[in-house]
Amino acid sequence: MAKNLVEVKNLKKYFNTSRGMLHAVDGVSFAIEEGKTLGVVGESGCGKSTTGRTILRLIEPSSGEVYFNGRNVLKYNESELRKARKDMQIIFQDPFSSLDPRKTVNQIISEPIIIHNLIPNKKDRENRVLELMETVGLAERLINTYPHELDGGRRQRIGIARALAVNPKFIVCDEPVSALDVSIQAQILNLLKELQEKLSLTYMFITHDLSVVNHFSDHIAVMYLGKLVEKAPAEELFAHPLHPYTVALLSAIPVPDLSERKKRIILKGEVTSPINMPEECRFAKRCLYTCDACKDHTPELREVYPNHFVACEFPLGV
Amino acid sequence: MKDKNLILNIENLVVHYETENGTVKAVNGIDLKLEKKRAIGLVGETGAGKTTSALAILRLVPDPPGVIKSGIIELDGENILEKNIKELEKIRGKDISMIFQDPMTALNPVFTVGEQIAESIILHENVSSSEANESAKEMLEMVGIPGHRANDYPHQFSGGMKQRVVIAIALACHTKLLIADEPTSALDVTIQAQVLELMNNLKEKYQTSLIMITHDLGIVAEVCDEVAVMYAGRIVEKGTLKDVFNMTKHPYTEGLFNSLPNVNDRKAKLLPIPGSMPDPTNLSIGCSFSPRCPYVTDKCHEQKPDPIWISDTHMVECSAYDDPAFHIVRRER
Repeated sequence: MAKNLVEVKNLKKYFNTSRGMLHAVDGVSFAIEEGKTLGVVGESGCGKSTTGRTILRLIEPSSGEVYFNGRNVLKYNESELRKARKDMQIIFQDPFSSLDPRKTVNQIISEPIIIHNLIPNKKDRENRVLELMETVGLAERLINTYPHELDGGRRQRIGIARALAVNPKFIVCDEPVSALDVSIQAQILNLLKELQEKLSLTYMFITHDLSVVNHFSDHIAVMYLGKLVEKAPAEELFAHPLHPYTVALLSAIPVPDLSERKKRIILKGEVTSPINMPEECRFAKRCLYTCDACKDHTPELREVYPNHFVACEFPLGV
Repeated sequence: MKDKNLILNIENLVVHYETENGTVKAVNGIDLKLEKKRAIGLVGETGAGKTTSALAILRLVPDPPGVIKSGIIELDGENILEKNIKELEKIRGKDISMIFQDPMTALNPVFTVGEQIAESIILHENVSSSEANESAKEMLEMVGIPGHRANDYPHQFSGGMKQRVVIAIALACHTKLLIADEPTSALDVTIQAQVLELMNNLKEKYQTSLIMITHDLGIVAEVCDEVAVMYAGRIVEKGTLKDVFNMTKHPYTEGLFNSLPNVNDRKAKLLPIPGSMPDPTNLSIGCSFSPRCPYVTDKCHEQKPDPIWISDTHMVECSAYDDPAFHIVRRER
């Protein structure tokens, strides 16, 4: 078995708000094998982006451990962290606000190279930028353009080139395609996949789009209100979802196929507030199968089948 | 000729935005017919002209810079383009309503949701304000929100509930034609499922005709009877769901389907459409899709394709079909 490049143990991030403690990420543990993709799905506010950002320490976690290549990233001091960031990069959701409007494509892509002092010679650096642009499918002539001159797909390619500039091993992709049109979305997904094979990258792929995550990931983790509720290999999760939330989520995907009109499970109510949550299953208020035991305590993630984890007292079909 | 069964008839609609940097050719001659109680999906990517077409139906295209250059838009037999402002105000909200994409900005933050629903009723129906408030509460209940919440302000509701309020406003006067512009793209999947189910139910109940603007072919399959696929301001293919989904004709429609990840086969490679949308200020003289089309011939660059009717319901605009042997092979899903 391949080794785990990233290991997250009991990661927590609480935000102190005026209304009380907001449990954005509440005890999340998972590992990502080298060269593989972990897809993290969930609805807005479930803590998936916060998880991605705390792993890179863009947000400081409240507690927990994050191992990268066997070393705890959370113990790093500032200069160690800066070095570590060379190996861990992020691609953001919005290709419009994640690029500095006053910098040219050249400046944006070469910035991380300069920060990490990888290529001191200016001419060589520009060649490296051109090489990166070719890798992500940007025409050479765009090197001196500004982000506002380019469309969303091209901008997202700049974001990818910037992340690749320092030869990272691990990239957190935070909804990299959700701001893009379908035909462009497919281009970017294919590009990310090709890059993974070519550069043996490890991805954490954060998204709310289940058909995308299924296509893209080796393993999938489903989050609900700061907790992992289910974790399994992608095929297994889609074929045998065990958590009632996962089942509802899967049934809610609109499928562009007329022969597949299925009965949808319509969840009642909406995601409850992550502030001052009671000690009960966080999904209990919307679950179709809630019983007294669910209101008693928060269920922990447990392995029901090999490699298939679920946090539910009564997983479906078990 | 007037067809009594038609709620909407659009012929050769052309809408341009005349800006300092050139003319944006947003809608370039579309024809669309919608029968009563039917739902049509208007599909296409950003900049295809979907929203501009919808705004033209309500005569809400921002002017300047927007200009409706030519065309006919008949609602229930009456030409909208010939109406004056007073007449339009009677039609908007009463005969045609629109649900906008972003429920967070569609509501006025300083009025209660009840007041906002009642406003439309008071404007269009001869009722007292207390009667209107009662109807507003009923509408709220109809979209699944307790009536007593009529006195709450928009910020007290979540995204999904705000969109329900917007739907309640749109349907408050039992409108004949409802235009929904990406009504669920700002919502989470499980909430989207709730809102789509609600829209399906209300459509039945009020016998409303529906234009659903979306980029999601899955939503079209859930809600609509017919589909029109737009590209660079033209309808390039239209037909019943079966026509377009099962007997896809236009290379662009094919590209859209092939770009979607397949839920049932995760190994299937995505086949994206190469390139990106053409610049609407500078459209080619030929077929606008020709630079991205895998079946392109010299003819496509030179000449706009004519509509070809494959059957009574199924239309495609593609010169390739001049050759009777031409067919596209859509990948099995």
